[in-house]
Amino acid sequence: MTTTATPVLTKKDFQTDMEARWCPGCGDYAILSAVQSVFPELGIPREKFVVVSGIGCSSRFPYYVNTFGFHTIHGRAPAVATGIKITQPDLEVWVATGDGDSLAIGGNHTIHMLRRNVGIKVLMFNNRIYGLTKGQYSPTSEFGKKSKSTPFGTVDRPFNPLALAIGSDASFVARAVDVFQPQLKDTLKKAAAHKGSAYIEILQNCNIFNNGAWFDLTEKEVRSEHVVQLEDGKPLIYGKDRDKGIRLKGMEPEIVHLGNGNGLTEKDLLVHDEHHPDPSYAFILSQMEDKPGFPTPIGVFRSWDRDRYEDLMSKQIKDIIAKRGAGNLTELLHSGDTWEVR
Amino acid sequence: MATTTDPVVQKRKQREVITKAVLRFCGDSGDGMQITGSQFTNTVALYGNDLATFPDYPAEIRAPAGTLPGVSGFQIQFSSNDVFTPGDSVDVLVAMNPAALKTNIRDLKPNGILIVNSDAFADSDLRKAQMTSNPLEDHSLDGYRLFSVALEGLTRAALQELGLDTKTMDRCKNFFALGMSYWLYNRSMELTYKWIEDKFATKPLLVEANKLAMRAGYNYCEATEAFQVSYEIPPAKLTPGTYRNLNGNQALAIGFVAASQKAGLPLFLGSYPITPASDILHELSAYKNFGVMTFQAEDEIAGITSAIGAAYSGALALTTTSGPGMALKTEALGLAVAVELPIVICNVQRGGPSTGLPTKTEQADLLQAMYGRNSEAPIPILAASTPGDCFWVAVEACRIALKYMVPVIILSDGYLANGAEPWRVPNVDEIPGIPVKFTTDPTGFYPYKRNPQTLARPWAIPGTPGLEHRIGGIERQNVTGNVSYEPLNHETMVRLRAAKVEGVAQDIPDVVPAGDPDGDLVMVAWGSTYGAVTAALKTERAKGHRIGHVHLRHLNPLPRNLGEVLGRYGQVLVPEMNLGQLVLMLRAKYLVDAQSYNKIQGQPFKQSEIEAKIEELLG
Repeated sequence: MTTTATPVLTKKDFQTDMEARWCPGCGDYAILSAVQSVFPELGIPREKFVVVSGIGCSSRFPYYVNTFGFHTIHGRAPAVATGIKITQPDLEVWVATGDGDSLAIGGNHTIHMLRRNVGIKVLMFNNRIYGLTKGQYSPTSEFGKKSKSTPFGTVDRPFNPLALAIGSDASFVARAVDVFQPQLKDTLKKAAAHKGSAYIEILQNCNIFNNGAWFDLTEKEVRSEHVVQLEDGKPLIYGKDRDKGIRLKGMEPEIVHLGNGNGLTEKDLLVHDEHHPDPSYAFILSQMEDKPGFPTPIGVFRSWDRDRYEDLMSKQIKDIIAKRGAGNLTELLHSGDTWEVR
Repeated sequence: MATTTDPVVQKRKQREVITKAVLRFCGDSGDGMQITGSQFTNTVALYGNDLATFPDYPAEIRAPAGTLPGVSGFQIQFSSNDVFTPGDSVDVLVAMNPAALKTNIRDLKPNGILIVNSDAFADSDLRKAQMTSNPLEDHSLDGYRLFSVALEGLTRAALQELGLDTKTMDRCKNFFALGMSYWLYNRSMELTYKWIEDKFATKPLLVEANKLAMRAGYNYCEATEAFQVSYEIPPAKLTPGTYRNLNGNQALAIGFVAASQKAGLPLFLGSYPITPASDILHELSAYKNFGVMTFQAEDEIAGITSAIGAAYSGALALTTTSGPGMALKTEALGLAVAVELPIVICNVQRGGPSTGLPTKTEQADLLQAMYGRNSEAPIPILAASTPGDCFWVAVEACRIALKYMVPVIILSDGYLANGAEPWRVPNVDEIPGIPVKFTTDPTGFYPYKRNPQTLARPWAIPGTPGLEHRIGGIERQNVTGNVSYEPLNHETMVRLRAAKVEGVAQDIPDVVPAGDPDGDLVMVAWGSTYGAVTAALKTERAKGHRIGHVHLRHLNPLPRNLGEVLGRYGQVLVPEMNLGQLVLMLRAKYLVDAQSYNKIQGQPFKQSEIEAKIEELLG
């Protein structure tokens, strides 16, 4: 990134003097804190960071991170960020967005950024509700959700954000949870180390308009039974006593119990491979939580390297300059058939 | 000339020297009329005539062959004098089928030359054109000099040695017609020979076929008794210099490259394909050796928002579109106004509303450019007047955007985009320099601390140590750029943004009317009406009227002396291809009783229409 010695940065260097305007108890504070902790650890000069956002509670994020920041318009952060990244490919560009911003009004930009593999890290705060507009259902709200705009319940099926990202050929797809700080920071670091697009769904609690949307996964009493942590090269084990696991039967995941006399051991379980060449594998994982009784996976679902859009564009320009020589304006003006008038 | 090598009898026919001609090729959209017209244009341009062209083609790529909606036309006026328009009516009409004849015959002058492909007039062809009798036989064309030529049969006969199938041979018939046209106006076929050789370099048989067909058309005129007269139009007396032929979209593209070189900034274009603007994207995507970054975005909104991101990062950033795309970009235009970043938005206008007439011209997006955003969001607006002027407008728009840190809108239109004219190639040092300075010093840096002269805010791009700051669409406190909901600060910022755009007026030249500096009537116009208005001004002044013409390049802000200039004339006439948009602005700003003259037909004004209006007003 840089040839000069990078000064040692601390979390404080990434805090601004703007007072955060989120509701007390909002999950966004935890995400902000994790980001401010991780950024100084990346060895990147502060001026190289750009945080871009759209509209929504999550999109206030840039104001609170002391880097270059751009609070744009609803849904368009991936497109603005793409322009930034193409122009200066060595910038470290992060997008803060939400389930409405990224999946409703900005769905088109999200999928195209992912298919192009522009080197942008997306933090998608998923609280399954519209917070800033005070309580309408979102594209990730559960079927039947009663909200301000759906007093009798929704009749539309929600998006599965990670399935959408995997379907868009995203090169890095992960899930983290606002209150699981070590896991969140670890995921952020992995995303930072990834070269191409990174899409991170962060399950986040809106304690005002959708309190408890993720309590099933985050409350102490239940979380170990309802969450399975994905770790590359390790079997999928969960449960308070780590006595449950996932194995694949053809294309179907199934829950198995370990050590209850059935002879099954960790060796029989599905071993996570985040670099699996076939996206179908990550897709199966992304659909698992929809099955009754199955745990919700968190961690990195998929991580694979492919060329970044901005690098391919720079290379194409360099190659053409090498082949044809740098453009000459006089020649350009005189190109085509010309004639002299005396 | 190539014909001298042909074993044809060189008959001495009459050659008449004239000063101008208008020629139109029309046929099915599969007949290659645009290629035929472009080739003829390049040839007469290289010969030294002044010219103007009007390609007029359907929105459908291929409407059913032979039908009325499928007709494509290409008109050119060329002359040994100045040419301002493609011509009101045509001297020579080449019609490849009944549908083309039916839709174009009304524009042929009485006793004009009409060349018709008689092989395309079978009953089934007539039915496709909804004709009940054959015009080649029913005397309905008696008012013209009709030449029925079996273009298909003659082309097939010329190509019979090559062993091509009928379909391929028939595709060469436009070159037969082109050869006839070259004979008629005594033009060399060399340039088109060369073009054919390049175009079909990998298909030698097609090179041979098209060249043969063209030569056969030429020889046909030479050998038969059909034409007794050919015409000679001597070169025009243009300003000395090097010339090339250029259409408006090409001119915009190279203008942007020139601006990027002059500013020392990389060029970024974020764009989504839309007729008639796509050619700017095509042109710029070919200039990668100038470091041009072209991003074909997923939609119109990503086109402009990626440009905003690129401008934020320090590129000279553009987006190009046409009316419906402009509508989609509206919210992002407001963002560019709010964050005060320099981008250039190019709207190549077409007929509307909605999809409207994608391939036809109109200038009805002026008020959209002026007011089409929520709240107070002023943007400087420039309009190009001729295809070649598009180059200079592109440079000027970039200069204003970069100097004032504002989005700037360029209005072109379908007529300028596709119309071509000889363009005097400027020296690089004739193009104004565009000084740009990024802020690098953190001492005393505030993102909205303004230059006292221009009110521009500093351009502090990511990657600059010590300048980390946040911007966004939420209202900001003046100077510090912090989010601010303060009532008085908001009014200050609204007024500052307006004053900044108004201040551009200090930097643009006063208008100098063409024609009489005062008098009975002044025409105030903008955009592509330039040619028709200029030509009408000339003829009406010659008739003794005291009239002037102000053609506005800068539509926002308007030139400082415009109000005073309007006051020097008895009447103000505003011809526009809309229902009266500039006239509304002029009446509002100057309280002047300006009169509107409108045409909304997807077609440019004719010179005669403007003349008639002037005479109506002046009696």
